Amino acid sequence: MKRLSVGSAIAVAVVLGFLFLTSTYTVSETDQVIITQFGKPVGDPVQSSGLHFKVPFIQEVTRFEKRILEWDGRPNEMPTKDKTYIVVDTFGRWRIQDAKQYFLRLRDERSAQSRLDDILGSETRNAIAKHELIELIRTTKDRVPVRDETIADAPGNIGVLYPINKGRARIEEEIFTKAASKLADFGIELLDIRFKRINYNESVRQRIYDRMISEREQIAERFRSEGAGEAAKIIGRKEKDLLQIESEAYKEVQQIRGAADAEAANIYATAYNQSEDAVEFYSFIKTMETYQEMLDQNSTMILSTDSDIFKYLKQIDQEP
Amino acid sequence: MNRSDRFEIDWSSLERYRPLFFWLVPAILVIGLLYTSFYTVQAESQGVVLRFGRYVKTVDPGLRFKMPFGIDHVSHVPVRRQLKQEFGFGTPGATNETQVSTEPEQERSMVTGDLNTATVEWIIQYRVREPQLFLFKVRDPGLTLRDLSESVMRTVVGDRTVDEVITIGRQEIEADALTQLQELVNRYELGLSIDQVQLKNVNPPKKVQPSFNEVNQAQQQREQMINIANGEYNKEVPRARGEAEQKIQAAEGYALKRVNEATGDVSRFNAVLKEYLDAREVTKQRIYIETMSEVIPQLGRKIIIDDKANQILPLLQLSTGSEGNSR
Repeated sequence: MKRLSVGSAIAVAVVLGFLFLTSTYTVSETDQVIITQFGKPVGDPVQSSGLHFKVPFIQEVTRFEKRILEWDGRPNEMPTKDKTYIVVDTFGRWRIQDAKQYFLRLRDERSAQSRLDDILGSETRNAIAKHELIELIRTTKDRVPVRDETIADAPGNIGVLYPINKGRARIEEEIFTKAASKLADFGIELLDIRFKRINYNESVRQRIYDRMISEREQIAERFRSEGAGEAAKIIGRKEKDLLQIESEAYKEVQQIRGAADAEAANIYATAYNQSEDAVEFYSFIKTMETYQEMLDQNSTMILSTDSDIFKYLKQIDQEP
Repeated sequence: MNRSDRFEIDWSSLERYRPLFFWLVPAILVIGLLYTSFYTVQAESQGVVLRFGRYVKTVDPGLRFKMPFGIDHVSHVPVRRQLKQEFGFGTPGATNETQVSTEPEQERSMVTGDLNTATVEWIIQYRVREPQLFLFKVRDPGLTLRDLSESVMRTVVGDRTVDEVITIGRQEIEADALTQLQELVNRYELGLSIDQVQLKNVNPPKKVQPSFNEVNQAQQQREQMINIANGEYNKEVPRARGEAEQKIQAAEGYALKRVNEATGDVSRFNAVLKEYLDAREVTKQRIYIETMSEVIPQLGRKIIIDDKANQILPLLQLSTGSEGNSR
């Protein structure tokens, strides 16, 4: 009797345990759950995490993500409005907002991803085709670029940002608005869509490279020509300065010498002109000095005995 | 018969192990209980505890207790570790799986706001600030962060000229990208804080690089040409200045000399004049005779004739003849 009661107790416990396990389920913080009965959803999706109960055996648990999910678009080549071929790589983020709708229309994430590919892909394509490339690249309308001082007045469009009307963020927003309403039908809430990469396709890239090269060559040429010009200016200034310095020096020398000559003349004149006697005496001694300078051993002098110096040669006493 | 013999269990012989079985089951239970109810949170991490999948608490490092047998589940999040993501290049041996880019070539190629292209390599450094958000809010937060970082960097670069991107605007780009990225990360509730956005190699595309170098060279050449010209200027002009100064100094010397001499001459004249005025005839005579005495001996030939002699020629001839004879 005792053995039997232990055995039946174990059996009851096993049955109860099994019942407990099939009538409970846990919901993780990252999940939401839909209860299905014979494949049809029953009640609202379970959002709150923790331990939950259900009717055992007939109700089944289907789990969906509650977190924000990624969508990574494939890089696609497409033309812009100005017929530039670019490779566009987009990404988006979304979440399952209405799990019941999502479950009914899409069933699983794989088909959701392919629906996202379709809708976001075509909206992106539309938006790109409607805008010029620069609108997809730039964002801030009124940004004034900092210019490299050394190439500040470079020719052409170097260092200039092309003007835009809308800009990247607005276009992303337009794609978002259009796609979001379409995706809402699938129980999907689109949270964001952005351009990850926009690049020129291979053939356009070569053209861009060529343009960049020619732009840079222009700048280089300009530098060289500037250098030659500056050098010529300096050489010119050198020549001017030299002539100026030399002529100014000449002028000053002449002025100084002239002034000195004038002063000397004045000194002499004042002294020699001080009286009749002075004038006479000056002419006398100056004549004497001149004799000294003028006459040397190459001169022959014929002197008369009438001359003052030889007058005593003939007789001592002279008649006055 | 043989078969059944082999599988015959001798219950009576097992009977003596009965106490052992009696203790073994609870022992396994206790060990399992202990094993599944204690855990260690490492110093750099925080533990996030879930009970039946529901968030209960976040715990700090140390030895911790939880409900056993899978009732509580703990996720470890390294909140104090600085994490890094690289874009456009990859350092090998990274532990963080989203650190290294899978397609560096595409990542670093960008279009600038003047429709040129540049190759930009950069890194971001970040850490997990709110483990709860990090774990539960977004699936694959690392990948999301990569996508956002790329999008932000292109937005920032797209608003700048190629020169700004490559040379003068680097710091501004870093700062701008950091603010924009942090803003987006907050909006996405990734639970991350971005510490740093750092530009690494930023270059013009490979094919274009030589022409960018040429610009630098041309810039150098310009400086060189200017320097050479300045050198020539400096070689000649200061020297000319010095020479001009020399000439002026010489002229000033001349002026001094001239005036001094004049003054000297004049004072000498005045002195003599005074004497002359005192004794006119005598002084005049004296000066005359003194001069003659100096002048006449120096003369090559002196011919003295009487005013009554009316021919001087014969005498002259005589004089030359006698000179010729004596030779």
